[in-house]
Amino acid sequence: MIPAAVGYVRADSVEAAVAALGEHGDEAKLLAGGQSLIPLMRLRLARPSVLVDMGRANDLRGISVDGDTVSIGALTSHSDLEHSAELAAACPLLAHVASQVGDPAVRHRGTLGGSLAHADPASDLPAAVLALGGTLVATGPGGSREIAATDFFTGFLESALAADEVLAGVRVPVSTGGWSYQKFNRRAQDWAIVGVAVAEGGAGVGLVNMGSTPLRASAVEAAVAGGAGASDAAASAAEGTEPPSDNNADPAYREHLVRVLTERALVAAGA
Amino acid sequence: MEVSVTVNGEVRTADVEPRTLLVHFLRDDLGLTGTNIGCDTSSCGACTVLVDGRSAKSCTMLAVQADGADVTTIEGLAGEDGLHPMQEAFHECHALQCGYCTPGMVMAAVSLVDEYSDMDADGVREGLEGNLCRCTGYQNIVKAVLAASE
Ligand SMILES: Cc1cc2nc3c(=O)[nH]c(=O)nc-3n(C[C@H](O)[C@H](O)[C@H](O)COP(=O)(O)OP(=O)(O)OC[C@H]3O[C@@H](n4cnc5c(N)ncnc54)[C@H](O)[C@@H]3O)c2cc1C
Ligand code: FES
Ligand code: FES
Repeated sequence: MIPAAVGYVRADSVEAAVAALGEHGDEAKLLAGGQSLIPLMRLRLARPSVLVDMGRANDLRGISVDGDTVSIGALTSHSDLEHSAELAAACPLLAHVASQVGDPAVRHRGTLGGSLAHADPASDLPAAVLALGGTLVATGPGGSREIAATDFFTGFLESALAADEVLAGVRVPVSTGGWSYQKFNRRAQDWAIVGVAVAEGGAGVGLVNMGSTPLRASAVEAAVAGGAGASDAAASAAEGTEPPSDNNADPAYREHLVRVLTERALVAAGA
Repeated sequence: MEVSVTVNGEVRTADVEPRTLLVHFLRDDLGLTGTNIGCDTSSCGACTVLVDGRSAKSCTMLAVQADGADVTTIEGLAGEDGLHPMQEAFHECHALQCGYCTPGMVMAAVSLVDEYSDMDADGVREGLEGNLCRCTGYQNIVKAVLAASE
């Protein structure tokens, strides 16, 4: 289907994007890679009044490693993450998870910032950023603020960003300890029915599609910190989750899956 | 809005609504009907083109997003001296039946072999997961892509 009529402005920097959001009000929407927003607009599930296209804000694109911190611009594509030798060395979990998103064409255009701001519990990258204990940088009219990944996802497709704020970038610690990403799906190209991201041998564990937001498996992290083995720690993976029911799986099956996948991920990560 | 896109090496300018999908710009404004539309859900890949050398689903991109970009469609793939090696390989390996998925499949494959080196059959299958074919069972498509990547 063809999207509903919409206005369009180009914003080639973070400042221009913030200004455009301020000018056009609540019904305006940022457009990054468009790989979530355009499908929604085609189904007319999203009908923004104005698109603020920040796709060419090149100052928001790139990966840099400084000491023990990796900084990534919000417009960095999944494909950039997947192919970055620097990221593969400093934070292999994130590079690998990016390579598991959708298909190559989606990865060429979809961005890390879009994936996080969209706050879809079924997305892969939010779980990885949660497991890594990342920090998100939001820029608004009054300047920039930092939001811990654990505070960022506030509801189904809802984030802590204000209507006039732009997600400018993400910082994650350099993380080269044991890691794993287990994505369970049944068809090529599909979203995860359940996914589990493990960083630093189980110190950080993020869950995909186990509730209305991307989740952190705190009970598993605590068990690992307390010295539990993979199988014992994984037994608590469904604690505190509220898995959805859909054509692929009911909540009980998802709870089963998350325990199995968490154990596999912990074993692969050397827990 | 006026957009100016280099399509198959030629600068094409048109006045489009912001909501115009790139695939409709290519097909309806430029008459390049080689790029097909097979779904409403960004799933099938029939509409795949190259944007600045990399595969993109032209149904999941607005024409205004391509302003200033370099777009290659199936019509622009063959050169002066005949078919592109990927087209040649599809022909040689009989990698199509009805042909509906073929333009998108070929464009995705061209991008894939450029992006990933040393692919085996599994790599090709995974790399083409965003392109659906209802006829061939993929066997000969994989063969063709491997042949062209040698
Ligand atoms: C066929 C297909 C398969 C896919 N499969 C997967 C998959 O397996 N796993 C997965 O995780 N994802 C998948 N995706 C989604 C993909 O990862 C998207 O790229 C991503 O979810 C959104 O990124 P984007 O840059 O395209 O954002 P857009 O679509 O441009 O924007 C998405 C939302 O985020 C907002 N936004 C974007 N950037 C910012 C910013 N910097 N600051 C504030 N708000 C912003 C927009 O306003 C919009 O509301 C798939 C998509 C398709 C089309
Ligand atoms: S028409 Fe199906 S993915 Fe574009
Ligand atoms: S050849 Fe018919 S859909 Fe692929």
